[in-house]
Amino acid sequence: MTTQHSQAARDVDRRPGLSPAPVRRLGDRLFAGTSRSAGVLILAILAGVAAFLVVQALPALTAPRSEVPGGHGVAAYVGPLLFGTVLAALLALLIATPLAVGVALFITQYAPRRLAQGLGYLVDLLAAIPSIVYGFWGIAWLAPRLTPLYGWLADHLGFLPFFSGPASVTGKTMFTVGIVLGVMILPIVSALTREVFLQVPSLHREAALALGATRWEMIRLAVLPYGRSGIIGGAMLGLGRALGETLAVAIVLSASPGLVSFNLVSSNNPSTIASNIALQFPDSTGIGVNTLIASGLALFVLTFVVNVLARGIVNRRAEFSGGS
Amino acid sequence: MTFRFRIRTLPATLAVTLAGGLALSACGASNESQAAAGTSGESSAAQLSGTLNGAGSTAQQAAMQAWSAGFNSVQPRVTVNYDPVGSGGGRDQWLAGGVAFAGSDAALSDDEETKATTLCGSEGVFELPNYVSAIAVVYNVPGVSELNLKPDTIAKIFSGSITKWNDPAIAADNSGAKLPDLAIAPVHRSDKSGTTKNFTDYLAKAATSNWPSGAVDTWAPKGGEAANGTSGVIAAVKAGKGAIGYADESQAAGLGVADVGVGSSFVAPTADAAAKVVEGSKLISGRGKYDFAYDLNRTPTASDEYPIVLVSYHIGCIKAKDKSRADALKAFENYVISKDGQEAAAKSAGSAPITDAVRAKSQTAVDAITAG
Amino acid sequence: MSQNSAPQAPAGASVATSLAGAGLRSRRRRKATDRLMTFLVYGAFAVTLIPLLSLVFEVVRRGIARLDGEFFNSSMVGIVGKGGGVYHAIFGTLIITGLTVVISVPIGLLTAIYLVEYGTGRLKKAITFLVDVMTGIPSIVAGLFAYALFAIFFGPGIRLGIIGSVALSVLMIPVVVRSAEEVLKLVPTELREASYALGVPKWRTIVKVILPTAIAGLGTGVTLAIARIIGETAPLLVTVGITNATNLDPVNGRMATLPVFAYYQLTQPGVPPEFAIDRAWTAALVLIMLVMGLNLVARLISRFFAPKTGR
Repeated sequence: MTTQHSQAARDVDRRPGLSPAPVRRLGDRLFAGTSRSAGVLILAILAGVAAFLVVQALPALTAPRSEVPGGHGVAAYVGPLLFGTVLAALLALLIATPLAVGVALFITQYAPRRLAQGLGYLVDLLAAIPSIVYGFWGIAWLAPRLTPLYGWLADHLGFLPFFSGPASVTGKTMFTVGIVLGVMILPIVSALTREVFLQVPSLHREAALALGATRWEMIRLAVLPYGRSGIIGGAMLGLGRALGETLAVAIVLSASPGLVSFNLVSSNNPSTIASNIALQFPDSTGIGVNTLIASGLALFVLTFVVNVLARGIVNRRAEFSGGS
Repeated sequence: MTFRFRIRTLPATLAVTLAGGLALSACGASNESQAAAGTSGESSAAQLSGTLNGAGSTAQQAAMQAWSAGFNSVQPRVTVNYDPVGSGGGRDQWLAGGVAFAGSDAALSDDEETKATTLCGSEGVFELPNYVSAIAVVYNVPGVSELNLKPDTIAKIFSGSITKWNDPAIAADNSGAKLPDLAIAPVHRSDKSGTTKNFTDYLAKAATSNWPSGAVDTWAPKGGEAANGTSGVIAAVKAGKGAIGYADESQAAGLGVADVGVGSSFVAPTADAAAKVVEGSKLISGRGKYDFAYDLNRTPTASDEYPIVLVSYHIGCIKAKDKSRADALKAFENYVISKDGQEAAAKSAGSAPITDAVRAKSQTAVDAITAG
Repeated sequence: MSQNSAPQAPAGASVATSLAGAGLRSRRRRKATDRLMTFLVYGAFAVTLIPLLSLVFEVVRRGIARLDGEFFNSSMVGIVGKGGGVYHAIFGTLIITGLTVVISVPIGLLTAIYLVEYGTGRLKKAITFLVDVMTGIPSIVAGLFAYALFAIFFGPGIRLGIIGSVALSVLMIPVVVRSAEEVLKLVPTELREASYALGVPKWRTIVKVILPTAIAGLGTGVTLAIARIIGETAPLLVTVGITNATNLDPVNGRMATLPVFAYYQLTQPGVPPEFAIDRAWTAALVLIMLVMGLNLVARLISRFFAPKTGR
């Protein structure tokens, strides 16, 4: 396409009285160069963060096992934290994605046109709330209300490893954290999904309806496939946020570092990497700090792996995108 | 609703808003202009100006707020900034030369002492026990308003050996109390904290056989609820029936507070009892002339001493980097250890004012602060 | 129909085939499914409203106490217990967020443009992939990174407003890139082709045709990114610190910000705790109001600049 353009430009320039071609090519080169450098800058920032993490984590990775907090080396310290991080993020994604897609569908397809903007604004309000408020809402409003539910789950479904109890009396469990994180990432997923759903050409939607499809069928056939890339993009952004959320988890979760457990309703839960750093960092010195940064490095690597997997899933479904 | 603005008016609107915002910022905060204008004629000390930066313990944060405010009326042109990043972070920053003084819940370790000598030179460091606070054992048991707990009982509860409120060990010390058949939910700190360190230090020294994990700043025993910060522990105990936790006494309003066994009696956490136990403790030996770090007595026998206390220090160099820093630091620490300063902290942070004996010792250190 | 709708053809075909053989029973089944999905979608919205309303209600209920003139007009100098305000914190948040936007939006937008319009091959794949990785950086790690970066030049213990902006940019850039990329990808290729056919240079096409078409979505993306970072506390704790006085200079000394202010007031309230706790909640309320205000401004700007489409 670039060659077509410059050919056309050159043909036009042959007409007398017009500005010479180099001015346009310069503008183009400048713009292309600037946008490429922005991309390269991002690579540089990421490289910087990775370098920082590796340099700071190295003393902990090379230290003898007993010096590392916990006494059994970095792998034993970070492993349970990784588990907890993945568990919390998966819970959040499981809760948020269907809800977000539902909300986006509601706002773009079901709600009256006039209300749609206002409703979108309302859901975006969730994104405006600071994470500490989520944390305090979690322990003050949500956890006490869920405590009876946890008791019920432990009593009746206690044979499942997820609910084996004993149930927490304060409600500060992994389940609560999953809900809080889910609510936090919901506006991100829903906003992006909404934008994408709004871009569906009316032509396609009307065509489906004209063929006699019900509203749901029209959505399933015309809107969702078009918006799949956006849903996944939104989900990835939300997942990133859920993996890295620090203070809300630190405030809400009753964590036992070093624990690996699927139990969602008890007060002994695995901690997450980010909240563990926030809780331990202030009073840490020396090798303690290095160990925490090593856990940060582990999260970094985890995000890499998760993204490789996600990309694999997306590419296998050969997505079409509207740009060149 | 259609907006019939013309594009041309948009930049104008933006410009007006920006100008308005700048004008508002030029007004300045109302309390700051008053503070600066105020008391220059009245104070007898020389008027200093500049910024004094400190960092460290979160336990001291509320007290530091009171001290900065109080110091502000003595020296209105000095701004005192305190970064409550935590004791470890504060000591690190001070050792690296980033702040003038560190607030720390623990005295300098031997490694840190060596580094400090490099930083401060031969005159050495000062460690002043400026903040003393009682750690209360708080509980939420419906129908029980008074509770006596011996050190061994406390250790067994928090390590998980005693699991119900009507356990005979608890009933033994509380004759006549109606203890319900309720599960105990012990709450501890999830963050690394000086409060945990002091609480576990007490348990390790006063109930050694029942507390194998020793004195740690990150809670070690498995089980129990974890909460972030003093406010988190208080919230968790308030929310959970049958919960018991340890937290700064000043935040314990609304919860039951246990009387702890000392000698043959049970003592409540009060400011006086906390200050008394510090006075009765020995200084850590082998330290510099102005280094007043205490080895707290966790097993007192007098009935007016409460052993579960947290002592937080101000750590700095006797020889400061330059004259203005030395003057500001000297004036500030002078205020902090004075009766006024300690009363201000007691009023706003619930700490225990230091006794005169402790003050006299700290005063020698403050008087010795000079410029390098 | 243009090339782009090729994947829709099979969709249309499947609608046709599924409807072609429809009898009365399957029509009832389809209607039932439609009703069920309508119920679920309405239900999803209702369920979302519960935490939203309870959050907003809690913040408003607890925050309304200190919504007075003194709160907006004073800082925390000389304040113990009652009184005080967030004058210093509001300006701190605005300045730091403003700097973050100035750093992040150009970089993010240009990167998205590169990815969608210019990018080919390995560099594009690498950038797309790594932007996703960047979204997973914990906020406190971003703060520690920014602090370490500046500590190299300024020594340890350094606390500046600009460091906070750098940390928040690390968090904001990937959100801007990702959302801008999605929105730019959806601009119909017909518009691009028409523009090139008229001889408009590529960069002009982007600036004058593609960006305005996508501006509503871009506005949403940027506002979302701002909302994400404006309430971030952890990175600011380690990069900017807190101070009681007003400091409008981002390159000189500590600044106060609303989330850090609220955090410290809530966790170290002193005695009696009510005054600090009230201040904290009102600060959170002010923060939310600020974001909604920015949101409104972004939507208004989008409405001005968006070309009139058939939406």
